[in-house]
Amino acid sequence: MCLSVPAKIAKILPNDMAIVSIDGISLEISIALVDELEVGDCVLVHVGYALAKIDPTEAERTLELLQELGSAGERRS
Amino acid sequence: MKYADEFRDKAIAQGIARAIGAEVSSQRAYRFMEFCGGHTHAISRYGLEDLLPANVRMIHGPGCPVCVLPASRIDMAIRLVDRPEVTLCVYGDLMRAPGSQGQSLLRAKALGADIRMIYSTLDAIRLAEQAPSREVVFFAIGFETTTPPTAVMIRIAEKKRLKGLSVFCNHVLTPSAMHSILENPKIRDTGGVPIDGFIGPAHVSTIIGTQPYEPLAEQFGKPIVIAGFEPLDVMQAILMLVRQVNEDRYQVENQYSRAVTREGNRRAKDEVSQIFELREQFEWRGLGLVPNSGMKLKPAYAQFDAEARFAIHDLRVADNPACECCAILRGAKRPVECKLFGTVCTPETPIGSCMVSSEGACAAYWTYGRVRDEQLRRTS
Repeated sequence: MCLSVPAKIAKILPNDMAIVSIDGISLEISIALVDELEVGDCVLVHVGYALAKIDPTEAERTLELLQELGSAGERRS
Repeated sequence: MKYADEFRDKAIAQGIARAIGAEVSSQRAYRFMEFCGGHTHAISRYGLEDLLPANVRMIHGPGCPVCVLPASRIDMAIRLVDRPEVTLCVYGDLMRAPGSQGQSLLRAKALGADIRMIYSTLDAIRLAEQAPSREVVFFAIGFETTTPPTAVMIRIAEKKRLKGLSVFCNHVLTPSAMHSILENPKIRDTGGVPIDGFIGPAHVSTIIGTQPYEPLAEQFGKPIVIAGFEPLDVMQAILMLVRQVNEDRYQVENQYSRAVTREGNRRAKDEVSQIFELREQFEWRGLGLVPNSGMKLKPAYAQFDAEARFAIHDLRVADNPACECCAILRGAKRPVECKLFGTVCTPETPIGSCMVSSEGACAAYWTYGRVRDEQLRRTS
């Protein structure tokens, strides 16, 4: 129920709708709940609605931190 | 998939596991509850428990909306579809949820009730538009994640003047349930295990933000880390919790900063607050009646409220006495400790709610954990 998938906005449609692409599959969703989306933005899609925009800078920062944590564990062992 | 695959790297997960192993104190136990079924699913699917030291234990919480829905609400919906004019729209994972006496929506559908599985509330709008003479009722269920789409549906129905569309509202609130787990003496007295920290919900928090958890962390002295649903997210969250426990800190930290802010999604929260208000109490499977934990439609939207429109009355239904779902939802028992698990209760024929949804503790354990446990038993 709470699972949702990241998807990229491919086209903005009228009436707060958009076409998103998930691994090459297109899906029409509602963007009524998220402000200021543009083509190319990544969003979390849940029950046919975009719930949140994924922040690429924060995603990159988390990945860097994970790499660092992973290799710190490596050094300790 | 972008923003999914990168967070599933096996070597990094093993590295973080070694970091956790190096930082835990052998002198103490670390018992962390993952509130959300999404985390339970990730932990089971990716075998994360095998990566953790023996003194770090994950406790599966009640955060699966289908799992916590009491049988009485299923029975109420089944009574509703007894009316020939009603078409009931439900999210798919609700179809097998057990009501009383072996009833389910799937069975009611087989016996002729007009029940449609939908993917989105937008589908319910399309159905109501296509069949203006029908009473189309949406069985609304879920935490703060699915409530905004229900609110948007009502707003669109109002705009389009869809007179035949209404909502059977079962939306519930996460912080109230966490509060109940920590405070309710009934839960403590009936074998709930001590909890040293929480992995907080991912997608619920995209809506409500991290702020609503701050009073909980402060009041009960429990660290809470909001985490994404990918395996590396969960591993990092566990490390963050271990560090807080070691340092005697109890703060709300946000591992899932790529999608969650402190304030959450203001637009979604506005949509919800315009249309819904708190119920004084709502029944949860496993937790009983929890104050201020459920939502209902505001009186101004009574025309969209199926409970008012069809005079649906509250029912009280006892759970199957042999089913241990309540104890499992409280973290007091593991799925294998239920005598129904894997015998009469399987994902094909669920008896208890934890087996119904793929995010339930028993279903996750059945799918990914039972072979592992059998192997552990043989080698130990």
